Amino acid sequence: MKKLLCLALAATMALGLCACGGDTPSSSGDSEGTKPQGAAFKLGGTGPLTGPAAIYGMAAKNGAQIAVDEINAKGGEVQFELRYEDDVHDAEKAVNAYNTLKDWGMQISLGSVTSKPAEATSAENNADRIFALTPSASSEATINGKDNVFQMCFMDPNQGSASAQYIAEKKLGTKIAVIWKNDDVYSKGVHETFLAKAKELNLEIVSDTTFADGNDTDFSVQLADAQSKGADLVFLPMYYQPAALILAQAKNINYAPKWFGVDGMDGILTMEGFDATLAEGVMLLTPFNADASDEKTQAFVKTYQEKFGEVPNQFAADAYDCVYAYHEALTNAKATPDMDAAALCDLMMKEFTSMTFSGLTGTDVTWDSTGAVSKGPKGMVIENGTYVGLD
Amino acid sequence: MKNRIRWNKTTRNNYITYAVVLLAFVVMQILSSGGILSSTLKGMLVPICAYVVMAISLNLTVGVLGELSLGHAGFMSVGAFTGVTAVIALRPYVSSAPVLLIVGMVVGAFFAAVIGFLIGIPVLRLKGDYLAIVTLAFGEIIKGIFNNLYVGLDKTGLHVSLLSDKTDLAEGGKLVISGPMGLGSIPKVATFPVGVLLVIVALIIIFHLVNSRSGRAIMAVRDNRIAAESIGVNVTKYKLMAFTVSAALAGAAGTLFATNYTTLVANKFDFNASILILVFVVLGGLGNMLGSILAATALTILPEALREFSDYRMLVYAIVLILVMLATNNDTFKSFLSRLKPGRKQKKKEVG
Amino acid sequence: MTFLTFLISGISLGSIYAIIALGYTMVYGIAKMLNFAHGDVIMVGAYICFYATSRFNLPAVVGVLLAVVVCTILGIIIERLAYKPLRAAPLLAVLITAIGVSYFLQNAALLLWSSSPKVFPPVISNGNLSLFGGQLNIPYITLVTILACIVIMIVLVWFTSKTKMGKAMRACSEDKGAAQLMGINVNGTISLTFAIGSGLAAIAGVLLCSAYPTLVPTTGAMPGIKAFTAAVFGGIGSIPGAMIGGILLGIIEIFTKAYISTQLSDPIVFAVLILVLIVRPAGLLGKQIREKV
Repeated sequence: MKKLLCLALAATMALGLCACGGDTPSSSGDSEGTKPQGAAFKLGGTGPLTGPAAIYGMAAKNGAQIAVDEINAKGGEVQFELRYEDDVHDAEKAVNAYNTLKDWGMQISLGSVTSKPAEATSAENNADRIFALTPSASSEATINGKDNVFQMCFMDPNQGSASAQYIAEKKLGTKIAVIWKNDDVYSKGVHETFLAKAKELNLEIVSDTTFADGNDTDFSVQLADAQSKGADLVFLPMYYQPAALILAQAKNINYAPKWFGVDGMDGILTMEGFDATLAEGVMLLTPFNADASDEKTQAFVKTYQEKFGEVPNQFAADAYDCVYAYHEALTNAKATPDMDAAALCDLMMKEFTSMTFSGLTGTDVTWDSTGAVSKGPKGMVIENGTYVGLD
Repeated sequence: MKNRIRWNKTTRNNYITYAVVLLAFVVMQILSSGGILSSTLKGMLVPICAYVVMAISLNLTVGVLGELSLGHAGFMSVGAFTGVTAVIALRPYVSSAPVLLIVGMVVGAFFAAVIGFLIGIPVLRLKGDYLAIVTLAFGEIIKGIFNNLYVGLDKTGLHVSLLSDKTDLAEGGKLVISGPMGLGSIPKVATFPVGVLLVIVALIIIFHLVNSRSGRAIMAVRDNRIAAESIGVNVTKYKLMAFTVSAALAGAAGTLFATNYTTLVANKFDFNASILILVFVVLGGLGNMLGSILAATALTILPEALREFSDYRMLVYAIVLILVMLATNNDTFKSFLSRLKPGRKQKKKEVG
Repeated sequence: MTFLTFLISGISLGSIYAIIALGYTMVYGIAKMLNFAHGDVIMVGAYICFYATSRFNLPAVVGVLLAVVVCTILGIIIERLAYKPLRAAPLLAVLITAIGVSYFLQNAALLLWSSSPKVFPPVISNGNLSLFGGQLNIPYITLVTILACIVIMIVLVWFTSKTKMGKAMRACSEDKGAAQLMGINVNGTISLTFAIGSGLAAIAGVLLCSAYPTLVPTTGAMPGIKAFTAAVFGGIGSIPGAMIGGILLGIIEIFTKAYISTQLSDPIVFAVLILVLIVRPAGLLGKQIREKV
């Protein structure tokens, strides 16, 4: 019997080798989008399409898909063929996914959606000279020392200091509590620069508590700490899922401070079944909000809802912008799909450092040679269940 | 007489295992130099080696010693973090990448062995599922500690602090382990040949241990602890020996794994990672090292091969896992299979 | 007063762990297997209740009942398809199959209900009980959770010690062969245990998501592991043990967060577990089985 099992295992392996070995034609992966007419640039990205972080990866993939479909439908010189591979929010799987894309013939890359995997894949991007523009991997290490990796989102440190600056300037709170996620690069990055900047601006931090994966449901202790120390503003550098829980639990213990979030908070209103009154008065700095009244955003939100049945979050918008930024850069550079990745990489590095781009997540967006983006964060406050601009 | 035949069979099986590993190595090298190998597979060669070592070392605990461990990834974590710290610290002094990696693996193995020994003392007093849950608990504790550990390196040496970054590095120093952000900018020194070397070394250690006097004592403890005790076998000593060796090998595998990527976080080595390795062992057969090697390789490649199914990938993986377990363990299914292919089975007997 | 607040939230969190742990313990007691898919049955229960109440606007009671029914059936199906064929197989093989089922449920949920989090509607009205002039606020859901836990516990103890089916269950967990000889339908009893355990999982799912109202396909995973820990803590196989283990685990978790460190709470909880098991190797209320030489 053991031999039979060994044989079966060997067969699985052989199967795996065949599947991995041959240059699988583009029929694999996702083929729901419209096919481009004629030659197209092969655009690839990795993100968590399954697992606990799937919401971010799926959003980025869907957002990019909409942009690609729009561009291909319009026709023109620059056409795209998009392929997203699953990395389960894990560096190891991300490198595997990246290699799969490389075998497919990826010419330009959307990097990875989340920060830690992006750190691993961007090193590969750099070594292979494949240009990357990540929609949402915001850690410093993603672009640090890699001349051909660019970001569409703010870097974490910028968000932390911008938030502290904002709170100090508008005198939003005198005693501040911070609750952050201990095992998350994003949350930790924002938290650290927030504290540093707050110290500089003489903001008083009275409570500083954390949580981690597996421990992210009960916040009674963190909230009690903030409440008992009289914090009148609570800073929440985190994604919106735990934030929604915090808001709900704070209400249960009759604690109503001002709440201040960062871009990860965007999306809290679109959670199915969320009681919007809980988020009343929540302030956040975000580059995108789905309720904005401009034509571009509204068209995007409408298409997204029609196709995927949900309201897009900032990940979707960032990925959408990435594709359009590529479109603009490739058009300007008069690049053609028969160029190889290294040649495109050189062109893109030149274009991105010189161009100014306007999209859903910001107008007059520019990049410096490190790959960091410069765009203005928008202060938003939630009033009557919608975002209203703050200034 | 009977004994000699069985001995021969074991030796032959061991040589077959070595031969399979070497053959795979040669084939991969040829394919790789011929440029036929896809990037996907090339990128997976080192992690496969690491997982193979993890699987055979866990097989020592679960298959040979007979104790269920649900925290094996914890040792991998210890090895990864200490080994990489050593690699980064020694990098200015050692120019050769393979030497650097081997030194790193030795350091990783050493620390993992120490932790394994310390954990083994309380853990191995327990039995069955209670032992399993305590290994799970230790795995989670190791994860929690590494998530809060800060290690910095500057001219004056290593600085360690817990909970927050209090390392106060001198000019030009940098953080090697930065708490929840884990290891960053790891030098990519892991190579496939060194990986295969580690697999071979691990196999040599395990086969020698299993076929030695100690190995027979370990298996005696597994089969009947009381009987073994009554004839004077020191149960605690042999249990600890197997457990520590297993931890050390896992530590070396951890270093190998970590140096294949530029970044690594402690959460990578969670309960699910331990379970994944346990799946390799159970699927490959308890005590069967060749089985573990094949299972680890097949199950690492499988999710990648299933990318064709896109969104349904992990669902298909789960179904394959359940079906394989049913197929290999259900009596009606087994007899049905053997009736289906009587000719094939005979042929296999002639060959092997 | 904050001490009392923490104690109450600890008991509430612990009660949820306890209800999940009951499912683990009953299945373990009779089938001697660790049903790792249990945590994911919780998640399925919560989703069923979510869709019943917020999409189809059914009353909360109907939603809970529907969740219990669906999970009970799901439990029986899983047992029939995945575990029953392996009754004679080594325990590790069953463990791996259980893990396979767990992956299956999580990924099926991901495909069916998507990865975006759902906010669970309150099953009972939000708000809280104010005591001592507003110094102590206890959310109603906390009270309901604790109450549900006590009721379930009493019913289960009564069921296993007084009813015929319950006695059959205990007989099976003691000695399957002997039970069969006495005319007990062993397979049926095991199915029944799975059904009860999965039904409890549905209730636990609803309570978990009412107290902590975000729902994603991996919602059940971590509470599942914690509850498994709780079951071992109290002595796996023992019903009062699961209860005490669960509640203690909840209290320890909240207290470590409150008085020691929010960062190291999980490691400390597990360290306490290890200490307890070293002193009492079969858990708090577990039976010490003497080895026969």
